Amino acid sequence: MLKIAVLGSRETVMGFKALGLEVFPVEGADEARAEFKKLTHSRDEYAIIYIEEDLSLELRHEIDKLKDLPTPAVILIPGPGGSLGLGQSALNAAVERAVGSAI
Amino acid sequence: MATAAVTPTRMVLNQLKGRLKTATRGHKLLKDKRDELMRQFMDIVRRNRELRSRVEQGLTEAFAAMTVAGAIMSPEMLGQALLYPRQKVQLGLSYENIMSVDVPVFDFKTEEVDAGDIYPYGFAQTSGELDDALAKLFQVFSDMLELAQVEKSMQLLAQEIEKTRRRVNALEYVMIPEMQENIKYITMKLEENDLSTKVRLMKVKDMVLEQAHDFHY
Repeated sequence: MLKIAVLGSRETVMGFKALGLEVFPVEGADEARAEFKKLTHSRDEYAIIYIEEDLSLELRHEIDKLKDLPTPAVILIPGPGGSLGLGQSALNAAVERAVGSAI
Repeated sequence: MATAAVTPTRMVLNQLKGRLKTATRGHKLLKDKRDELMRQFMDIVRRNRELRSRVEQGLTEAFAAMTVAGAIMSPEMLGQALLYPRQKVQLGLSYENIMSVDVPVFDFKTEEVDAGDIYPYGFAQTSGELDDALAKLFQVFSDMLELAQVEKSMQLLAQEIEKTRRRVNALEYVMIPEMQENIKYITMKLEENDLSTKVRLMKVKDMVLEQAHDFHY
């Protein structure tokens, strides 16, 4: 069976722990990157990685590399400060890629 | 174009004609594939938009409630309350084939599936706001899972569409015109050869006649 990981600041991941997901509280970009690498190295173990939007900014390259693989799915979620619109822009990027121009 | 590369012989001409036929058929097929992929993709994008706004709204609410809970309870108490989750999420993964793209399908099972019983703590020492926050989080979670599936499908389809679009364009604007150009070149060259052979033969005939009969036009 596969697992779901949540990567984010302590306040973000706290609630998900109660849902039974595996949470990884991190502070700062470096720690997030190290943790993210660890999560993706055991590739088949985590099928979904939810990651907080403001961390994803720093990890953009790592996340983009996983885009074309069937697993894991890296999904951006808003942090406690509200949505930054990054998830929406990821959606638009995919559309742009498919259509060949922004619509 | 790259006419210099082909040798103007009948064999090459036949080969080229065959390739052109295949390329044209492939172009048509790929175009159809692209259109169908695009249609599926648009459905998925629409679903994704909807889910994303729902998830973002739900999570914002849940976080707000969590913040309130965090303000009322001490951090230690809060951490303790959430330390041992009651339920465990097991994720199953299978693949669905959309136009030869394998997209993941997640299904999740929670051990301890009892809707009222998601709270991993007793009610005595925790605030009601925490219950509220967890209930909201639990509600938004199934949407989050679907979002993961839909978003991954979207990325994979986008990749496939990009690939197909490039192939279609390469066939339409490079391969097929080039082959047509080459075919035209060879046909013309062959006709030219025919003509020159004919002229040469006529000339030879004239010369032979002249020698034999001392014949003049």
